Amino acid sequence: MHILVMVSNMVIPAVVFSIVLMGILDKQDVYSDFIKGAQEGFQTVRKIMPTLVGLMMGVGILRASGFLDMLAELVTPLVVRIGFPAELLTLAIVKLFSSSAATGVVLDIFKEYGPDSYIGMIASIMMSCTETIFYTMSVYFLAAKVTKTRWTLIGALLSTLAGVAASVLVVNFF
Amino acid sequence: MLNYLWAGMILVGIFYGFLTGNIENVSNVILESAKEAINLCITMLGVMGVWVGLMKIAENAGMIRYLTRVLMPFAKFMFPRIEKDSKAMEYMCTNMAANLFGLGWAATPAGLKAMEELSKLRQDLVGSEETSKIASNEMCIFLIINISSLQLIPVNIIAYRSQYNSVNPSGIIMPALIATFVSTLVAVIFCKIMDRKGIV
Repeated sequence: MHILVMVSNMVIPAVVFSIVLMGILDKQDVYSDFIKGAQEGFQTVRKIMPTLVGLMMGVGILRASGFLDMLAELVTPLVVRIGFPAELLTLAIVKLFSSSAATGVVLDIFKEYGPDSYIGMIASIMMSCTETIFYTMSVYFLAAKVTKTRWTLIGALLSTLAGVAASVLVVNFF
Repeated sequence: MLNYLWAGMILVGIFYGFLTGNIENVSNVILESAKEAINLCITMLGVMGVWVGLMKIAENAGMIRYLTRVLMPFAKFMFPRIEKDSKAMEYMCTNMAANLFGLGWAATPAGLKAMEELSKLRQDLVGSEETSKIASNEMCIFLIINISSLQLIPVNIIAYRSQYNSVNPSGIIMPALIATFVSTLVAVIFCKIMDRKGIV
């Protein structure tokens, strides 16, 4: 993991450097662009704020009631043989349906185990390499007025499964 | 979807907490979690402000246009039957480029436009109402690639990690890239196999 972390630390400065350089070379007013964008960024957060309050409350209640632990215990025998933490199965399933609900679950994992723990690391990576399949499919196919989606779902599920497996492997091997 | 999911969480949670005697914890968590969500949003305000600000610079400097061109060879490989300078191709590349940088607000409109264009191409080809309700190979491929998630820097997760005192919030960038690469690679292979099987 060490080399990966080292390279990771370079990514953000490198991206910031090249974006600002690109803007200046293109003779853009980079400062006022930045301010305008920052304004939009605030709007985005303002829009997700109510969602976060609602979902963190929902997941919080499930956690405090002991229901999540019970669920994890229930699925442990199913996944423990392949070395997959039971807590993450909930996350993987929720993520298929709703990105914001999955965010609630991830935050709960961060709170319980810490973002740098084994489970916290896998959860972080899983969130970055998977997408809300059902939501995306319904919105996109609606735009094309398509009702028969053929092999889209199976392909999307396969790719998501590969992403989840890769998240676990990458944390175990580095 | 979220309607029942959310109601379920609340109802099941409170009921289960009552049964197991954890109702005191449940009571505390209801207001605590609201406070926590707002604290998180304050961190998010900073991160999103910086990130979207930078993306605005990149956008105005023509980064998405540039990336769209860079992605063209990949798009030609994935969609060999779509013409290179068609609208559909342009929208698909823009969607992928925007997704790479986590620009959801730029990705979705382009993605929907791409689907509309693909639908038009299909209608020109088959002509009948019935068949145009069936997804074309290109639609399947485009969506699977889209869902395989091509994000380069998972800004949100980094922000959440820093809020919960991660020693190195951005340390997940490279591992996440590897995982994303794997999921996209599997998507590409699957699509290529299915595409060879025939066109409907």
